[in-house]
Amino acid sequence: MIKTMNNNIEHNNKILIKAAQLSKKFDHFTAVDSIDFEIFSGECFGFLGPNGAGKSSTMRMIYCFSDPSSGSLHVLKGETQKYPREIKAELGVVPQEDNLDPDLSVKQNLLLYATYFDIEKKTAKKKTEELLEFFELQEKQNAKIQTLSGGMRRRLLIARALINQPKVLILDEPTTGLDPQARHNIWHRLRQLISQGVTMVLTTHYMEEAELLCDRLIIMDHGKVLARGKPKDLILEHVGHEVLEMRGTAQLLEDYKTKFNKLQKKYSKNGSEIEIEIIGDTLFAKLKGNKINLLQEHPEIQQNSFQLRPAGLEDVFLHLTGRDLRD
Amino acid sequence: MLSYRIFKVWRRDMIVWQKYLAASLVTHFGEPLIYLVAMGFGLGRYIEGMGEISYVAFIAPAIVITSMMNGSSFEATFSSYTRLETQKTFHGIAMTPVSMEEVVGVEILWATTKSLITSCVIFIVLAFFGLLNSWTILLMPILMTVTGLLFSSIGMLMTSFARNYDFFSYYFTLFISPMFVFSGTFFPLDKLPTWAKYLAQVLPLTHAVRVARNLFAGQLLWQDLLATLLMLMTAIVISLIAIKRIVRRILV
Repeated sequence: MIKTMNNNIEHNNKILIKAAQLSKKFDHFTAVDSIDFEIFSGECFGFLGPNGAGKSSTMRMIYCFSDPSSGSLHVLKGETQKYPREIKAELGVVPQEDNLDPDLSVKQNLLLYATYFDIEKKTAKKKTEELLEFFELQEKQNAKIQTLSGGMRRRLLIARALINQPKVLILDEPTTGLDPQARHNIWHRLRQLISQGVTMVLTTHYMEEAELLCDRLIIMDHGKVLARGKPKDLILEHVGHEVLEMRGTAQLLEDYKTKFNKLQKKYSKNGSEIEIEIIGDTLFAKLKGNKINLLQEHPEIQQNSFQLRPAGLEDVFLHLTGRDLRD
Repeated sequence: MLSYRIFKVWRRDMIVWQKYLAASLVTHFGEPLIYLVAMGFGLGRYIEGMGEISYVAFIAPAIVITSMMNGSSFEATFSSYTRLETQKTFHGIAMTPVSMEEVVGVEILWATTKSLITSCVIFIVLAFFGLLNSWTILLMPILMTVTGLLFSSIGMLMTSFARNYDFFSYYFTLFISPMFVFSGTFFPLDKLPTWAKYLAQVLPLTHAVRVARNLFAGQLLWQDLLATLLMLMTAIVISLIAIKRIVRRILV
């Protein structure tokens, strides 16, 4: 696995995971509400959504920890309810909640985990060495789990998930709670794995993470799919290419809204669009369609009070899921 | 439902146990030893009227059996609950081809194994004091295993209901401790009032202690075999219920 780098692996259209009208209902609420998706071999597929969107429930169903209430979920060899053992044998799971074995050392965590997969002792040893090296854990191989930093624990958790050379690696919020250095380190490792052709399924609520890693993603909220596609396409479709952001008093923002609305009429002829949204103390002007050099063409708009930036997934996300707090 | 994979998980427990071998032996072996010495030789000097046997010979079989009860009860409650809720070890292992049923099943087997090892060490002391005098004592490990399975499964059932560690305090105070003293362990039941005698018959430990005492006395009785089989069957039924409850608790 860890030898070659091939940057141009295109997924070969083989479907590894397929969900159709998949739902998960609990007594009082519906966690996943009739969603459909297909995950291809070789791609990194993301589930993006706020807390309580149904991402983890979906993951739990994929790794056979939870039976669908209705609909179907086909993972690798078949329906999850029918073939949990066979499916789990070929999955690598990085759960949201750290469940490393605290009674064992770093190395033992990998070696004993291999035995649950019936991996031969020799192979397990070799694989363990490889993974310890890849995740920079060699110096800690005899350390107790309790002495590891958050980033190390997460790396070990990913290493453990790779011990059986899984066909699909499932990562449920792999960098939540880590400091920036540790996060970037994990992203670096995951990008390496992606370039080696490892199929990944990832949940996250970090937009940056989704943009960096995912080939395709779906945005979920309240158990439903709100949008799906490649990150770039989603941004262009729902937000545009750039966003002007401005903060100020309500009066000032209203004045600018009127200004922009006038401009909007002018630009719409050229296939461009300016969409104005005022949320709290901030005005967002989303520039869609054909590119407009708004600030150059209209110096009367005080440039310095604006921040002009490329549109991102976060804009899409907030546009689709709203700005209500999720607790 | 259960496969050879349970031995892989059992092996994990064995490896962890070896790490904490000293601590485990001291606690599980030390306590029964203290009872044996203090009650048997200390208190026992002042006790007469046990019939042909000394007081220490009277309580020796009971000490072995209660050591099994305490060891497996503790492991299947406090320790299993830690692996279930605090450490999430169950979750980690069940993300592999090992099923959650197997993970919970191993807990019961392991609790039995662990207490069996430590309780067997007590025999060394009993031999040292010349308390092993008949060949039927060789059947003790079978009875001990059944006793272990019974209390492991009951402990696991308690774990399936527990939402915190305090819950086990109730179980130990209201169930295990009374049984420890009222099951014919430290005094014979035949002098008790009738209602107490009947009550004692309901306690599973009573039967295990009686069978053990007969084995120590060189007696092999068919009703003892029946009692042992009944305990085993109860253990299996309770195990299945406990496994089902815990699996349903985790895999929702």
